[in-house]
Amino acid sequence: MSFINYSSREINCKIVYYGPGLCGKTTNLQYIYNKTNPDAKGKMISLATETERTLFFDFLPLSLGEIRGFKTRFHLYTVPGQVFYDASRKLILKGVDGVVFVADSQIERMEANIESLDNLRTNLAEQGYDLDKIPYVVQYNKRDLSNASPIAELEEVLNPTKVANFEAVATIGTGVFDTLKAVAKLVLTELKRGG
Amino acid sequence: MANQLVMYEEELEQIRLVCEVLHRDSNAKAVLVIDKNGQAISEAGEVENLDVTSLSSLTAGNVAATGGIANLLAEKEFAGQFHEGERTNVHISIVAGRVILLVLFDERSSLGLVRLRVRRAAGELTKILEALVKKSEAGARNSVLAEITDDDIDNLFND
Repeated sequence: MSFINYSSREINCKIVYYGPGLCGKTTNLQYIYNKTNPDAKGKMISLATETERTLFFDFLPLSLGEIRGFKTRFHLYTVPGQVFYDASRKLILKGVDGVVFVADSQIERMEANIESLDNLRTNLAEQGYDLDKIPYVVQYNKRDLSNASPIAELEEVLNPTKVANFEAVATIGTGVFDTLKAVAKLVLTELKRGG
Repeated sequence: MANQLVMYEEELEQIRLVCEVLHRDSNAKAVLVIDKNGQAISEAGEVENLDVTSLSSLTAGNVAATGGIANLLAEKEFAGQFHEGERTNVHISIVAGRVILLVLFDERSSLGLVRLRVRRAAGELTKILEALVKKSEAGARNSVLAEITDDDIDNLFND
């Protein structure tokens, strides 16, 4: 749910990074945080376990500039990827404006990707959203690994509706900002249409 | 996106006033009004040294998690929460099912006083929020967003 503040002239939107455990959602946010000008970002918050696994969410507030005198602010969230944190994932999807599905390209993780994508669709539907109608992009992460599946194969299984997809190596930033820009653009376009 | 929250100057000023009065009458350190999705709406009191953005997001996460627990226990929601610290205490309440009222207070106040004052502020906020929802529904089509062009959006990402 976007928040339009006419008084402070701000447009606030929420983007959620979704995907199976250890696919690189937090790494995406960390890279964005490290590479963003201090004026344009707030503090990054990670609610993680002692072993650095996301427990509830990561949060990064980001300013992307002005449109027609309105500051655009994006709140980026990740969900915990591990299967048993489903109740937490549902909460984080509340009020979402755009979704990035981060897939783990490794062949061994294909099933986990499928399961997580199904879970995303189900959890969105519970909140009254349809994955085919909201701003949504797919990122194929870990493209640098030797056991990465071919893109064509990933596309066939994970992106039947052919939304925009990005190849990424989040640890070094490849594809990270392209993914963010694409989803942010879709969110603003949707706001304009629905506005 | 039917659930979009739109805030106008007039209502924001009214909300700010409610925060100011609550801050004064409850002897609180600070008062924040936060959207349930974690966006800060208004604040009063000693907020200069507070990371309001982070505090808002975490409070909303906390309220969402507590709401999830309520669901599991077949409760509608837990309307209020209280966290006791060594120096600062936190009182959290949900207003009109839509926003979160956060009061930070120390030994200058007490939980009883905060609760009492929060109740009155919540009533006033509810009225303002109801008016706001009506206004934003009526004005939805005249939104500045409709004037945004594709070029405006593209320009944002030209670096």
